[in-house]
Amino acid sequence: MVSKTGVYVCHCGENIAGSVDVAKVVNYSTTLPGVSVSREYLFMCSDPGQELIRKDIEAGIVDRVVVAACTPRTHEPIFRKALEDAGLNQYLFEMANIRDQDSWAHWGDKEGATQKAQRLIASAVAKANLLQPLQQRYVEVEKSTLVVGAGVSGMFAALDLAGMGYKVWLLDRNPSVGGNMAKLDKTFPTNDCSACILTPVMVQVANHPNIELLTYSEVEAVNGSIGNFNVTVRKKQTYIDWDKCTGCGDCVTACLGKTDNEFNEGLDSRKALYIAFPQAVPKRAVLDQDSCINCAGSHIGKEHKINAKSGEPMLAPCEKVCKTGACDRTLAHDSGGESFDINVGTIIVASGYQAMPKEPFKEYSPDSPNVITCMQLERILSATGPTDGEFHRPSDGQKPKTVAFISCVGSRDKNHHVYCSKVCCMYMLKEARLIKEKYPETEVYIFFIDVRTPGKDFEEYYNYCRELGIKIVRGRVGAVDQLPGDGLRVRAYDVDMDTPVTLEADLVALATAMEPSAGLADLGRKLGITCGSEGFLKEVHTKLYPVETSVKGIYIAGCAQGPKDIPESVSQSRAASSAAAVPLTAGRVPVEPFSSSVDQEKCSGCGICVPLCPYSAISREEIDGKVRAGIEIALCAGCGVCAAACPSLAITLQGFTADQIFAQIDALTSVAGGGPID
Amino acid sequence: MSDWKPNIIVFACNWCTYQGADLAGSLRYKYPSSINIVRVPCSGSIEAEYIVEALHKGADGVLVGGCHPGDCHYKEGNHKALRRFNLLHRLLVDMGVEPERVRLEWISGSEGKRFAQVMNEFDATIRKLGPSPNGRNGNA
Ligand code: FES
Repeated sequence: MVSKTGVYVCHCGENIAGSVDVAKVVNYSTTLPGVSVSREYLFMCSDPGQELIRKDIEAGIVDRVVVAACTPRTHEPIFRKALEDAGLNQYLFEMANIRDQDSWAHWGDKEGATQKAQRLIASAVAKANLLQPLQQRYVEVEKSTLVVGAGVSGMFAALDLAGMGYKVWLLDRNPSVGGNMAKLDKTFPTNDCSACILTPVMVQVANHPNIELLTYSEVEAVNGSIGNFNVTVRKKQTYIDWDKCTGCGDCVTACLGKTDNEFNEGLDSRKALYIAFPQAVPKRAVLDQDSCINCAGSHIGKEHKINAKSGEPMLAPCEKVCKTGACDRTLAHDSGGESFDINVGTIIVASGYQAMPKEPFKEYSPDSPNVITCMQLERILSATGPTDGEFHRPSDGQKPKTVAFISCVGSRDKNHHVYCSKVCCMYMLKEARLIKEKYPETEVYIFFIDVRTPGKDFEEYYNYCRELGIKIVRGRVGAVDQLPGDGLRVRAYDVDMDTPVTLEADLVALATAMEPSAGLADLGRKLGITCGSEGFLKEVHTKLYPVETSVKGIYIAGCAQGPKDIPESVSQSRAASSAAAVPLTAGRVPVEPFSSSVDQEKCSGCGICVPLCPYSAISREEIDGKVRAGIEIALCAGCGVCAAACPSLAITLQGFTADQIFAQIDALTSVAGGGPID
Repeated sequence: MSDWKPNIIVFACNWCTYQGADLAGSLRYKYPSSINIVRVPCSGSIEAEYIVEALHKGADGVLVGGCHPGDCHYKEGNHKALRRFNLLHRLLVDMGVEPERVRLEWISGSEGKRFAQVMNEFDATIRKLGPSPNGRNGNA
């Protein structure tokens, strides 16, 4: 059967037409074997553009479609739908990527880009001529979602989905939900107390009948695909029986082991046995084995020593005070914790960010205890912090008289992160304002490169801060020196005055960058989603698909995707929850029919393909008395590894058959660079 | 001969290198128009015959692009691609193909800049080698 392939070349406004001679390409296309018609349009993806295709199909002129336009990654579904609407099998479609991979990349080389467009179209046509109709498959969707990260973004995503009636697993690697927002004192631009607005949400997620909390847990492995993800979760070892623990805190008081308190950003210490913070949800104790000093010689999993005098077992202080029996050190706790599997239909990643520590910034004297990050200052200002909200500097507990803020520390800096962390200008202004309002006598300086305050009520906030008497200096800070005593000297360049300036300060706060949280790349790898060059998770399309990832059924929200403030994180998390709800509500999702199939005639039954399949979808089975390879369609993901390895050429990957690829190679090599085009 | 422009075929996996190529374009990184991409689901789906066929039909250079180790969308297709590639590469060299004509690269979806760099570099390498003996402008 000779195909009737229609070729539709898009101008994409000037995006393609500015670098590719479209008329020439259209003319050329008509000369290709199998092509019945070739047309051009300003925007092929617009309705009139699609109408051109539909009309030709309905008129019987066209039974295969090639669109030469942007990238199939975003636009293939749109055109496939047009085919389907006109009554043609949607898989009789191929795209030639003449924008992203041609006109844009070869801008200014019109001849080269035009010739390449011709080659790419010839290749697409060659493949299209050999396409076979394929039947879309559907899979049933497990009506539940896993939300990774229980900060403000993750909690709102979980609440939305739970409210729609779906089961939600809300996972966090910390012992409590709340994320970074739980550490904040106040939140701009309204200066609400962070805890006052966050803790009710924390309680809500804990009490919601559709939400199951998986705190102090990690994602170990992810298998499956949209509709049916199988996730192995590892609940880390707490060494405390959480079913019995009431969060009374007696063991914490009794504990003698100490380490840095991560909730207070290392400004004070916490016990080895600890509750993450006073408002923790769930409020349960965790033993951090690394800092446990095994009081009374009591080692985990070992019988107690016997007191020689009394003949009584010697209990550690924590065990002695625990009234519920939640703390029993003799039990054989598995240090790896407990792993189990859950099945979910969709996944939302809201794993947040981390604030950069001060140590990498040697020029700002990080060794001085009075040089702190703004996140540390946040803890100092907070009523739940190390100073109970009293404004004391770390070195001597004195109230600072002069405070200097330094902006863009680690952001907009090619030695660290080139991006703008977006929230620093506002959080510096907020902290400065909190200090100035409470202690008006304090001199507060902010060294900015630029003040960036776009956002609802943000500029007003900035103006108000200036009126309060906060001094804004525009210019980069070159260094912070330690002075004898505990003082500091800030050396900067004032751009407005065009002069170097120095300032003696009692406390220096560095507005350090937001960066991807530790382990994000690893998590991304487990999920099969990629990180962008800055290490944050990558969305499919910045503008149109901001919460979708390259893996269908996995969505992203909050700072895991890039720096954001709270309102933005919440908006995005609610967008992600609605996107994640779509497949759950539909109940079934289409899966691409690109699976492999075995030609039983050609198969020799050698079994080479069996161990190669990453999904264990192939087995050797007996068919009519002969051993042959059999592929379990539901398990096949369509990678094509088996087809490539089969020595008998018996396996075909639908949609990417060897014949089709040979035809593409043929087309690409016969339409030469400077060859027989004109 | 001075007008000679190589013909290079790049087999790019859909999940990484193909995306990297898209990103290179959208960030307007330039590379020569001699680069022609064939989209495949995974580097592990690239049959040895594809590479041989491309050379046989006259491509002056062939590049296989996949996800970085550990990042393959299909778990480990790229490991298989690597093993197969090394084997084939040895064979091709034994058969007289210059080793630089055939190359394997891991380029992720976020490495738009690197995609362009690798393509520029590969094009330069092929130009230095000159037309493939099997190529359109060669003698075979
Ligand atoms: S999907 Fe890219 S190498 Fe397998």
